[in-house]
Amino acid sequence: MEEKYIKHKYDPILPSKDEWPVVKLARERKEFVKKVSENAQGRILKLTSNNMEILKEELETTRYREKLRIKQNPWVVDPDDEGAFWGKVKESLLHASSETSLSKKQREAIYKEILESITSRYSEEIASNFKHQHYKFIRSVVTFGFARLLNAARVKGFRSIFSNQYTLQDKIQITGETDQLRDLATKGTIVMVPTHFSNLDSILIGWIISVLGLPPFIYGAGLNLFNISIFAYFMNALGAYKVDRRKKNLVYLETLKTYSKEAIQFGCHSLFFPGGTRSRSGMIESKLKLGLLSTAIEAQRNNYQEGITGISGKIFVVPVTINYHFVLEAPSLIRDHLSITGQERYYKENDEFSTSYKISKFLVKFFTKGSDISVSVGKAMDVLGNYVNEKGESLDQHGRVIDTSHYFRSGGKVTVDSQREEEYTHMLGRRIVEEFHRINRVFSSHLVAFTAFELIKAKNSKLDLFDLIRLPEEEIFIEYEEFKDACQRVYDQILILREQGLIKIAPHMKRSLEEIIAHGLDNVGMYHAKRPLIRNKKGQIVTEDMSLLYFYHNRLHGYELENLF
Amino acid sequence: MSSKIFSDSSLIGVVGVGSFGTVIANMLAEKNQVLVYARNAEVVAEINENHTAQGKSMHESIMATQDPQQLCESCQTIFFMVPSSAFQDVARKFSPFLQPYHLVIHGTKGLCLDLPEGQSLDEVKNLDRNRILTMSEVLQKETVAVRVGCLAGPNIAKELSKGQPAATVIASKFNEVILEGQRLLRSEKFQVYGNSDIIGVELSGVLKNIIAIAAGALAGLGLGENAKGLLISRGMVEMVHLSRALGGSVKSAFGLAGVGDLVTTCNSVNSRNYTVGYRLAKGEKLPQILDEMEEVAEGINTVKIIKGFLEAADLRAPITENLYRVLFEDLEIEEALQFLMKYPFNVDVDFV
Repeated sequence: MEEKYIKHKYDPILPSKDEWPVVKLARERKEFVKKVSENAQGRILKLTSNNMEILKEELETTRYREKLRIKQNPWVVDPDDEGAFWGKVKESLLHASSETSLSKKQREAIYKEILESITSRYSEEIASNFKHQHYKFIRSVVTFGFARLLNAARVKGFRSIFSNQYTLQDKIQITGETDQLRDLATKGTIVMVPTHFSNLDSILIGWIISVLGLPPFIYGAGLNLFNISIFAYFMNALGAYKVDRRKKNLVYLETLKTYSKEAIQFGCHSLFFPGGTRSRSGMIESKLKLGLLSTAIEAQRNNYQEGITGISGKIFVVPVTINYHFVLEAPSLIRDHLSITGQERYYKENDEFSTSYKISKFLVKFFTKGSDISVSVGKAMDVLGNYVNEKGESLDQHGRVIDTSHYFRSGGKVTVDSQREEEYTHMLGRRIVEEFHRINRVFSSHLVAFTAFELIKAKNSKLDLFDLIRLPEEEIFIEYEEFKDACQRVYDQILILREQGLIKIAPHMKRSLEEIIAHGLDNVGMYHAKRPLIRNKKGQIVTEDMSLLYFYHNRLHGYELENLF
Repeated sequence: MSSKIFSDSSLIGVVGVGSFGTVIANMLAEKNQVLVYARNAEVVAEINENHTAQGKSMHESIMATQDPQQLCESCQTIFFMVPSSAFQDVARKFSPFLQPYHLVIHGTKGLCLDLPEGQSLDEVKNLDRNRILTMSEVLQKETVAVRVGCLAGPNIAKELSKGQPAATVIASKFNEVILEGQRLLRSEKFQVYGNSDIIGVELSGVLKNIIAIAAGALAGLGLGENAKGLLISRGMVEMVHLSRALGGSVKSAFGLAGVGDLVTTCNSVNSRNYTVGYRLAKGEKLPQILDEMEEVAEGINTVKIIKGFLEAADLRAPITENLYRVLFEDLEIEEALQFLMKYPFNVDVDFV
């Protein structure tokens, strides 16, 4: 008997939308944006040690980079008045530095004024535009629309379009510590950190949060997604705030961090993709972007400083992995990855099949053919990576209750020590990566892709990765029996790891090995024009695209399974 | 958590009253109230009543306890000064009482193993890096203390107790630990440097013990200063390579805890590791030497562990490997020396 996935309807934990933190935040949007802007200014002044010369330089650098960005990398979403705004900043900067009659105080005032104008512009830009009506609408569209598509595809017959036999939850399975998540969300503030493989993740996670009966989370979504108007609508409705990766200047980054920190302190459940962008290599993220993560730690410390020591001020970090048989963008992602890591060693070949694709086409394919997605929710941790019990109390490695505020204490008081918090952020990052590996669910497709790639690698042990990937595909084949033996070895090792709680497996992995292999071959990267792995007429295992095979293989990177070859 | 814990914040804890622990406790006691922990009831009584620890004099204000809980609850900063062979046990004993607010600094120049239940070093085939723990890693694994630091450098207890000038390194990823260590230990006669590469500093202190045994052996053979210069320089190269393979940075090997400590230990008849090498060269056997020593020579265990690591990682470290054969496989020291003289080193320095 295969284990049952969680498939029941959850009641919303906060039935009245007025209690949703995100709604409260939307109501107070104006004041909130102002507060973010003010606090960001404070941080920047502190970072520049209140030295006007340094501040002036930062402002000039910011202005210069923004001008350059507007010229070299304009996007549809960019507001029209950008040029004018930065022109004005330039004028003011010039005025402050050239006007000899100004006293030092007056000059300072001008710089601070410029800083204020920039931070308020940025905070306004970053802030989310959550509208409850839109949220409700989107949620029903997604659930209803997807359900129709699904049933049309799976249930035969005329009435299929109205059938309710299948719901989205058959397609997207949610497993793991969902009850704990729901429970803690009523008590403290959740920061959810999922793995990131596909642009679909944002919408998927939004849907999952709503299925679990949680109020909407706020999250940072790349501003580039707002270029596509349909995405923009989705994102706004789901409470996304905007992260513009083009803007790398200090003022922007500090404003962004302040926004995130303030929102967490406000009690808004948040979501970061800690890998920053989608995983290019297909590996589980091992180096995390720590900028936003650090805001969770900062917010926690701030709560303690303000004396909010109870569970209401506690922040819980919940890792989530999303597991696919198929990642829509795999061809372009792995191409990016190889050209970044290999530089001139890797030549892009023209491949007309994988450069363009259509989201809609994918969605239809996704619902009409069987390719399942599973989402596993990990155990909640405090901001230092300690597990927590049902009361939300942190536990040490031996299960003793400890007080998280003690991490921020020195000489008996909660103190601010940015170097300490930087180190804590690294520790939290490492813990999240560890948890990702633990809650990762192995699919049949990961197993076959991993085994096939490692076999090919072992047979060509003299070649490095880039030569390996350039091997002519028509010359690569693996005899089925050999392949099966190798799969068995990897499978056995995975079961050992599972015993030790270091990985999880999907229910379909409990079938016989023959079935698992067949299932894996059917599903691995199933909609790509060139399949990463298939069985040819002679029964041999062959690949049509080595780099895609490498991509899907990478999902099992980091478990030392390669030592089996 | 009651507030009394934080009330007496000037009390500093020291765990272990071996020769180094005693010296550190005395140095700390010059500026602060010190509470030391000893396992043994007689030692505790001796300290509290006679102000001596196993015959060595102790500062009058130092109090002793046998109770880990009392020490943890009264001190926010704790120095762990126990040999590596007992370190895991002591850490486990203190674990239930340590809190995340504790700052823990250790002064142990050895390694521990994290082996599956019931296995010993000889049974483990694949001794990879994550089975080898430095002391700070033991602390983080066994306890909830995260603000952890280490104390390393040329600090021969005998000289320190005489008040001769010296310096040490406090290494920690946390600036506040370094600052606290400096605040507590710095004096006119004792300089304290900081380093953020804690693993590199720990490894330097650990690996130099191997070379110290070899240095003792050379002296025991009656060889001169040329040979010693050769050993120190080649030993340094080996330390750098090993430290890097185990996750330390090259830089730390050149600091006080690396080359500083190496030169000191390779010249010091007071060093236990040096003494082991010296007596071996004089024809004594290892078990007999160890039997007669009061405190452990960390280098012996280190050689064993590093040998296992070298095999698993497929690395070469000629001095360590040959020393292993001398210590555990009855290779004659002269033969080992011959082997090293023939070893095909060509490049003087290839890591900077």
